[in-house]
Parts: sequence; structure tokens; C-alpha cells
Amino acid sequence: MAEIIAGILVLAGAGFTLIAAIGIVRLPDLLTRMHASTKAGTLGSALLVGALIAVFWETTVTSKAIATILFLLLTAPIAAHMIGRAYAKTERDKYIARDRKQREG
Amino acid sequence: MNVLVYNLILAFCWAAITGSFTLGSLFTGLVMGYFALWLSQPLIGVDSFYFIRVFRVIRLALYFLWELLLSSLRVAWDVIRPFPSNNPKIIEVPLDVKSDLEILLVTNLISLTPGTLSVDVTPDRKTLYVHHMFADDPEAEVAALKGGMERMVLEVFHR
Repeated sequence: MAEIIAGILVLAGAGFTLIAAIGIVRLPDLLTRMHASTKAGTLGSALLVGALIAVFWETTVTSKAIATILFLLLTAPIAAHMIGRAYAKTERDKYIARDRKQREG
Repeated sequence: MNVLVYNLILAFCWAAITGSFTLGSLFTGLVMGYFALWLSQPLIGVDSFYFIRVFRVIRLALYFLWELLLSSLRVAWDVIRPFPSNNPKIIEVPLDVKSDLEILLVTNLISLTPGTLSVDVTPDRKTLYVHHMFADDPEAEVAALKGGMERMVLEVFHR
């Protein structure tokens, strides 16, 4: 039973990570691509680490896994925020112009 | 925060008396300690806000997980469908939260859910710029962010 749950979790996590990778290729600009990559960083890896909990079901593994998920949740948005902010600062004018064009057209 | 320390000490006592220091027994100790403190609250005069706060923290965590799942599926669907329908915009969210910790929590939670990415906070800390992937109706999205994530963070920190 535990192995079936772990298998489902691994498949779901790998699937989300794959979709995130496809998204980085397919989506149009950096900020939109960031959405795909934050998803890989949070849900994809959380599901993979969740599979570890289901397989081992021991206190040492569970506590390490929970700590891993917490640190991922803590650090991933900071990296995403810094990249997004740098992009927004350098290309702000270009983006505003495009946005305005979109709104008018 | 004092009550949290009491609760942790009670959880430690529970684990020590039952003789098993596993995550499960510590968690049971936390729950039992919570009810023990709740029962003896008029006797020892602890801050009653703690008891509501625990529920609000749990609610925020569950809400965040639900949003994470929902918006992940939304972004994933948009990535794999043949013709993407995203309409990315930077929206301005006026902030009601004041302290550093609250702003950090709100911006982090917004960044963590796919579909929204907090880009910057203005120096006067009144406005948050959020890049939204499906901003067909910017005002509705601002209202959703304020009514969901920000309101729940506010309720965790204020009575």
C-alpha cells in the first residue's frame, strides 16, 4: 500500500517537474516562465519528498523530509522574487509599453 | 508566545512519560497540552488569543496548500494546452499589513503559489507589485489576493 502511494506521489511530482520544464520552454517571457519554475520548486519537489515519507515511515526520515520541504518553501520564493525584481527593474519600461499596447489593442 | 512554550513543555512531558520520542507522540503531546491549557486557561491566566491563533495558523496552512494545488493545476494546464490563454499583467495590491514579518509572509505565500509572483514592494510599504499570469480581470484578482491570503495573515497576527 505504501509503495502504491509513493509511486503515485513520485509520478505526480515528476509529472509536475516535467510540465514546469516544458513551461520554461513554451511560455513567452521571463516573468511568466518564473511561474512554471516556482511550481517545480514547490509542488513537484514536495510531492517527491512526500513519497520518501510514505516509503520509509520512520521518524528520522519524516523529520528530515519535513525540514527539506520547509526549507524549500522558505528559499524558493526568495530566489524567484530576486530574479523577478531584477527583471522588472531592468526591463520595466519595455514591459509597461507592451502592457499598455495590450490594453489598448 | 509564552503559551506556545508551555505547550511545547507539555508535549515534551507527554513524550517523556509515554517513553517514546517519535514525531507522533510529540504531536499527540502537543494536542493534549493544547486542551490541558485550554481547560486551565482561567486558572493560570494565559493569553486566550493563543487558542484562536492556533486554528488560524492551521487554516492559513490548509488554505495555502489548497491554493498551491489549485493554481499549480491551472498553470500546468496552461502549459500543456495547444494554445495558451495566459494574460500576464503586473497588478498593484494595496497592503494592509504593516510589520516586516507580515509583509514577508504575504509576499512569500503569493510567490509560492504558481500564477502569482510578488515582484516588488514600494519603499513606503503601501503597495505590492504582483505579476499575475491570468489577469483577465485585474481588480477581481487584487480583491481575491486581499480577501484570501492577506486577510488570513492579518488574522493570524491580530485579534
